[in-house]
Amino acid sequence: MSSVTDQTLDHDSHDHHHAPKGLMRWLLTTNHKDIGTLYLIFAFTMFLVGGAMAMVIRAELFQPGLQLVEPNFFNQMTTVHGLIMVFGAVMPAFTGLANWMIPMMIGAPDMALPRMNNWSFWILPFAFAILLASLFMEGGGPAFGWTFYAPLSTTYSNDSTALFVFAVHIMGISSIMGAINVIVTIVNLRAPGMTWMKLPLFVWTWLITAFLLIAVMPVLAGVVTMVLTDKYFGTSFFDAAGGGDPVMFQHIFWFFGHPEVYIMILPSFGIVSAIIPAFARKPLFGYASMVYATASIAGLSFIVWAHHMFTTGMPLFGELFFMYCTMLIAVPTGVKVFNWVATMWRGAMTFEVPMLFALAFVILFTIGGFSGLMLAITPVDFQYHDTYFVVAHFHYVLVSGAIFSIYAAAYYWLPKWTGYMFDEFLAKAHFWCSLISVNILFFPMHFLGLAGMPRRIPDYALQFADVNQIVSIGGFAFGLSQLIFLAVIVKAARGGEKAEAKPWEGAEGLEWTVPSPAPYHTFETPPVIK
Amino acid sequence: MDLKKIGLCWLAALVTIPSQAKDMPLNLSQGVTDISGQVYDLHMTIFYICCIIGFIVFGAMFYSIVRHRKSRGVKPANFHESTKVEILWTAIPFMILIGMAIPATKTLIAMENSDDAELTIQVTGSQWKWHYKYFEHDLEFYSVLATPKKQIENKLAKGENYLLEVDRPLVIPTNTKVRFLMTSDDVIHSWWVPEFAVKKDANPGFINEAWTNVPKPGIYRGQCAELCGKDHGFMPVVVIAKEQAEFDAWLAEQVAKQQAREAEEQRLLAMQLSEQELMDLGKRTYDQFCSACHQPNGQGLPGMFPALAGSEMVTQDRQGHIDIVLHGKAGTAMAGYGKQLSLKELAAVVTYERNAWGNNTGELIQAADVQARKNAAD
Repeated sequence: MSSVTDQTLDHDSHDHHHAPKGLMRWLLTTNHKDIGTLYLIFAFTMFLVGGAMAMVIRAELFQPGLQLVEPNFFNQMTTVHGLIMVFGAVMPAFTGLANWMIPMMIGAPDMALPRMNNWSFWILPFAFAILLASLFMEGGGPAFGWTFYAPLSTTYSNDSTALFVFAVHIMGISSIMGAINVIVTIVNLRAPGMTWMKLPLFVWTWLITAFLLIAVMPVLAGVVTMVLTDKYFGTSFFDAAGGGDPVMFQHIFWFFGHPEVYIMILPSFGIVSAIIPAFARKPLFGYASMVYATASIAGLSFIVWAHHMFTTGMPLFGELFFMYCTMLIAVPTGVKVFNWVATMWRGAMTFEVPMLFALAFVILFTIGGFSGLMLAITPVDFQYHDTYFVVAHFHYVLVSGAIFSIYAAAYYWLPKWTGYMFDEFLAKAHFWCSLISVNILFFPMHFLGLAGMPRRIPDYALQFADVNQIVSIGGFAFGLSQLIFLAVIVKAARGGEKAEAKPWEGAEGLEWTVPSPAPYHTFETPPVIK
Repeated sequence: MDLKKIGLCWLAALVTIPSQAKDMPLNLSQGVTDISGQVYDLHMTIFYICCIIGFIVFGAMFYSIVRHRKSRGVKPANFHESTKVEILWTAIPFMILIGMAIPATKTLIAMENSDDAELTIQVTGSQWKWHYKYFEHDLEFYSVLATPKKQIENKLAKGENYLLEVDRPLVIPTNTKVRFLMTSDDVIHSWWVPEFAVKKDANPGFINEAWTNVPKPGIYRGQCAELCGKDHGFMPVVVIAKEQAEFDAWLAEQVAKQQAREAEEQRLLAMQLSEQELMDLGKRTYDQFCSACHQPNGQGLPGMFPALAGSEMVTQDRQGHIDIVLHGKAGTAMAGYGKQLSLKELAAVVTYERNAWGNNTGELIQAADVQARKNAAD
């Protein structure tokens, strides 16, 4: 019996030599590293597509008046830009990082459910092909904002809504499968001695994120299905004429939507908590409190959803409840930021590119956190709500937050993935161009919002003209800067200075114990963690 | 890649553009009402709190970045927890938040108390205009964007109040508690006047309440804040606050005018307009009210808004055509115009649609025909 097992193992470890080559290798792969790579390439492609739509938006807003696009097309751009960036860029990028890194961080040979892993990736391109194809339908694609409020998305939308609903369903299924895989892997495949409180924070934050995904993706599936039946099958979930309520849509949507916001930031916390100690050469301050803070943020995320809806006419009690709960989130989030600063304190810091992005993350995410705290104050939210102040807020946390952390992660682990060091000059150019342009792009949006410019408008009053011009220039610069990253990646994939197993002096973790590039199969025999 | 050059370009962009700036305020407006003043104070308080926390956190971080760097030859410390510090930086923010929640709660309670209003106005949003109805008086009217299309299309120079001007502003008295009842005829809109700190969603089928008490006469401008479809950016709110006496005079005049108009309409019911008159008035009315969706050439937007040119309804079903213009079509974006347009305009626009763009039915619809359909519905 034992000889059979040995043989099987031996066969498994060499099967990549016999595995299909070319396209079929990628189509049929069940290898977590391959799938991670697919996710990351897909996410960056979608980031460029969604970014191109942002360029259309900024070009139209460069001057007052309608120049380039019709209002209806403008609305399609804002809608599809949002959907692509959330579901096509940020979430798949995190799933890609999870696929690549979680097994290597916990000493597992692969993800626990490799075939499902293949499936959860390969349905994604179809979801986005459907969504993008809807733009070419008669009457255009979805134009009701990524939040698809009823009845604008039901009675008053065109038939691309059916494609939109189907695409969102597929994205949701993909996310749920990815989340199940992460949970099963972390719970079952940790190497001996890898106890819960020894898990790297990236693994912890992803575990919590995965639970959030499983909790709320079905809610999203439910709400899009209600939109579908309201539009096509005569139900009245969101139509007062049939006994429904359009505000109920918003409650259900944001019950998904708010945890979703944390789904897009918790893995960032994990990434930054790995990078800052590595380059400060000092252990992470308050590991346990980081874990508890992440769990509290995740818990609170279920009881704050209606802070997106203060102007919908909630009763006073509801407004007070959601205001207090929302303000509470500042406490665990503050703990995280303080811990990062305390980690830097009296360290011996160096500033390689991953660290630069992580530091920028801490500052810019905190700025986004501050505007979040301001938005929590209900009476003032009435003034900020649905203005560019909100646009500034969530782009600070999502672009200079989530996306900067993804860049930090990419630069941190790129040598492990490709086996080569990346071109540091290009990478630094990417960082500095992004850092400067992202602030020219998003900081003045605070002023636009405070001065009274509503969001999602294709044209605006003359007083907003000059600031919009600055914002657009920042936008174009930020968009172009991302092409530098493409150059860095292509160059690093092709060759360069050979990377050592542990290219960063202060880096900690099992992923640095395997050679660079990481072999196709790692930890076939689990490492022992002392 | 020449970093310096890129930096210089950005710097140049930053320096040159604001020099042509019109005066956009960089901060929230204090507004004109007591409530908007309180909201402004809350805004500044929470802003200063953020500034102080930011100063401390970023200060410590930058100090660390400058002093605790490997290139200075420092040896890293090895501490990684301190229960005392961690309790402290959990408790202090908590206290600050409680301090912030108290005044916020007070203001919020005041904002939500619309009791004892002296004047009630129903605000109804629809794609893409506002309708105001004075509850205690016999007066209601639509308020539509007044900026000419040519300015939006960059064919004419833009006016001072570009996109912030309407044909008939809402008029309210000063120093009076005015209650607004918000609702919508189609999708969700949001009625917002920043100077009053009033922003409230208009939900179809439900009524929301808001109120204001404006101490200063003036013209106050705002916009729809909730994405409501294609022309969301083109439905401004304009409110004129007048002294009580002036308001009363205005109100009396408007009520009288409205009654006179209705009486006149009934008196002229028997009058027949010529084809030329109907087509001219019809085209004007169509361009103003119908062309946003059905397009000036009657072709509509395929997949969104149906074409009228060659439409079976328009070329054949005469009663159905009048009915749909009067009452709208349930379950679609088509709104009824029976309330908004006069009988004469309704007759003209139906005539125009039945004869323009090659429809050429040759039929003339008169005010009396429209009245007949109106009666049939009642």
